[in-house]
Amino acid sequence: MSALFEPIIGRYLGLDFDGRRHRVYVEEAGTGIPLLCLHTAGADGRQYRGVLNDPEIRARYRVIAFDLPWHGKSSPPAGFEREEYRLTRDVYTRFTLAIADALELDRPVAMGCSIGGRLILNLAIEHAARFRALIGLQASAHVAPYYDTQWLHHAEVHGGEVCAGVVSGLVGPDAPPADRWETLWHYMQGGPGVFKGDLHFYKLDADLRERVGAIDTARCPLYLLTGEYDYSCTPDETRAVAAAVPGARCTIMKGLGHFPMSEDPAAFLGYLRPLLSEIAG
Amino acid sequence: MLGRLAEWVNGDAVLVRRGRSLTARILVESGAQSWLIHVAEGRVARVEEGPFTMPSWTFALRADGESWRRFWAARPAPGDHDLLALVRRGVLRLEGDLRPLFAHLLYVKGLMEAPRRAALASS
Repeated sequence: MSALFEPIIGRYLGLDFDGRRHRVYVEEAGTGIPLLCLHTAGADGRQYRGVLNDPEIRARYRVIAFDLPWHGKSSPPAGFEREEYRLTRDVYTRFTLAIADALELDRPVAMGCSIGGRLILNLAIEHAARFRALIGLQASAHVAPYYDTQWLHHAEVHGGEVCAGVVSGLVGPDAPPADRWETLWHYMQGGPGVFKGDLHFYKLDADLRERVGAIDTARCPLYLLTGEYDYSCTPDETRAVAAAVPGARCTIMKGLGHFPMSEDPAAFLGYLRPLLSEIAG
Repeated sequence: MLGRLAEWVNGDAVLVRRGRSLTARILVESGAQSWLIHVAEGRVARVEEGPFTMPSWTFALRADGESWRRFWAARPAPGDHDLLALVRRGVLRLEGDLRPLFAHLLYVKGLMEAPRRAALASS
């Protein structure tokens, strides 16, 4: 028999935010420069298991991944049953900063994927001085709705199955099967209407096309990494952001899709490690 | 292209199980070509090839022939590789009763990707 604990420690953080008490699940591993990781819509911090477990990164970084309220092991706040969950740019931005403040992070590096990638752009626009560097994975300034999201939260359609079905083609073709299906499993486990509520931010409330030009990479470096097979945030859409932001560094990751850190951690780490080494100096 | 679909799908026990609650008639249009796929509890009961005079179907997937040819390639290019990628690019239209389609989306993707897997297996 072989049994081994991973170096990741998970804890619950009690946090007052906008007048409500939240119980936020936070995982971390390593010591050094804080690296705050933001998961995709409808998923949770397990997507960063490869980064959290990487010895090279843990040697220089304190890697932190939290589950947004309603996601993963972060329960929704009391009274959630009377409201429709909808993530907004304002709440997502302030909540992320509230986590950084609660953990007393000194100029962390922040890295986010998809909705997290969009948030990274918003942090670069509004709060650059608070960060050492920002890393947007699958980051675009806008995605117009292209399918009817009502099916993601419909009593006659199994939410977990349809969410996994919607995102399955966003995983790149070379992803190891175990990591591909682990990634889809996170979607299968999402709460009712949560993925749909996150897409409110992604497709309706956070159109940054007119604002990304204000990003100043001299204040905070911006790195953009996008998988070649992503059709939700296409390589061209990330290149458009890079073209609008002087100094932004853009890399298209061959063979990868929309969930690089989760669908193929080994391939993603090949892109991430040198970038984190550069940031650490 | 879809003439051997029953063989490819029914021989895949995992896929059949995934579609076990789907019974539907799926119309697939590829330019001027068309097929009616009769699915019964996840198994492909039969495939009719058009043209059809007045077909009845549950939901339809309509694209041009070149888009399907690229979709069914053994290793499709980015953007050619998934039904929703085709939808986002505006080359695939989903019509009809979309509830059973979305309720069985992983299965329908697996069904429509069967020719690709066959091409990959024979390459």
